[in-house]
Amino acid sequence: MLAKRIIPCLDVKDGQVVKGVQFRDHQVVGDIIGLAQRYRDEGADELVFYDITASSDGRVVDRNWIARVSAVLDIPFCVAGGICSVEEARVVLAFGADKVSINSPALEKPELIDAMAREFGSQCVVVGIDSHFEDGAYMVYQYTGDVKKTHATSRRTLDWAAEAARRGAGEIVLNCMNQDGMRQGYDIKQLRAVRERISIPLIASGGAGALEHFAAVFKDAHVDGALAASVFHKQVLSVGDVKNFLKQQGITVRI
Amino acid sequence: MIAVVDSGVANLESVMSMLRRIGAEAEVTADAGKIKSASHVILPGVGAAAPAMAQLRAKNLIDTLLALTQPVFGICLGMQVLFESSTEGSGTDCLGIIPGTMKLLPASPDVPVPHMGWNQITLKKPGHPLLRGVDNNSFVYFVHSYAAPVSDSTLASCDYGTSFAAIASVRNFMGCQFHPERSGAVGSQILKNFLDL
Repeated sequence: MLAKRIIPCLDVKDGQVVKGVQFRDHQVVGDIIGLAQRYRDEGADELVFYDITASSDGRVVDRNWIARVSAVLDIPFCVAGGICSVEEARVVLAFGADKVSINSPALEKPELIDAMAREFGSQCVVVGIDSHFEDGAYMVYQYTGDVKKTHATSRRTLDWAAEAARRGAGEIVLNCMNQDGMRQGYDIKQLRAVRERISIPLIASGGAGALEHFAAVFKDAHVDGALAASVFHKQVLSVGDVKNFLKQQGITVRI
Repeated sequence: MIAVVDSGVANLESVMSMLRRIGAEAEVTADAGKIKSASHVILPGVGAAAPAMAQLRAKNLIDTLLALTQPVFGICLGMQVLFESSTEGSGTDCLGIIPGTMKLLPASPDVPVPHMGWNQITLKKPGHPLLRGVDNNSFVYFVHSYAAPVSDSTLASCDYGTSFAAIASVRNFMGCQFHPERSGAVGSQILKNFLDL
């Protein structure tokens, strides 16, 4: 059986893992290699590194940390943040990342998804979608990494997810903004709606706070993986706790 | 020396870092002489079959690869090109070392494609040296959309909507559809087994 994946997400700035308060005042929470190894040892199925150095200041980003991560990790990892072109993706993959995740640049230029899938294969191309429920519809948001730039687009989440899949995305990470950071549970209803529209892997993001939330998102929304950040960073739960609980619930996990 | 064939794809680094972790000396190369004289040859690859075959052809490596007598290990797309052909794109002739045709996995809402994530392998030939120390039902990391049918050459299979070849071998040629370099301890055991051949 294909195992359901548990995916810790780490924010990286200038090669270190950071934690921000409302996207500001980033504090270093640890060494990137140490944290990556800790999550790997706890049983993480893959890791996502969100490089927040890139988007805000537009300078050339030092990606050497990716090679250091690749050297120690024997599980797959994805790099998100600031990847705006095929060339930028090539650099990230050459450093050893298994996948690249694009979000705002794909909204600016949807053909980027096609171009990256053609160049590297769909399996490398993850499309992240920040979705907000408002006025009875799920709408796509852009530039959510920076409070000042965040804004709604005219795209509907379900349509955009389907378009991204059609253009060659190999996986969708759906970040449900209403739930993000609340630790009240994943947005099952929205995830289920997206699940019904696409037949590529779907990863849930936003809202994990308790063991039951992970079980519910797999049982009720049929997602392929669950991504979480704060619940793991604050050590509310360990990856091992989550996987043991899921196993007890009859959900296939890799232990 | 271990030769990692430079198939022109972007991410050879994950294979190289795994080899470094298990203490193996390897070199990325497209040089026919170096490949011929290597103790072991690894054929990595991600992407699509047609461009991968085109790269091998452009680098004049087809005959070199076909004539190799030392252990050869294809990873993911590197395994796929060992088969006869792939239906990917408008159809592609591959190296034809292992009988069979790569076909697109059938997708459904319960079986999303690409097949991405950790899945279990069923050992068909547990006595094969490549599988030494590998347990039945071990989890390994897959990322692919095309797969080869189970046949006599299959050392281990995997079920995902349909049953397909996870590890296959003919003579000195072998390959796995998953990524041993990202499959934790099981993957590193398989690579070590290969290097012990």
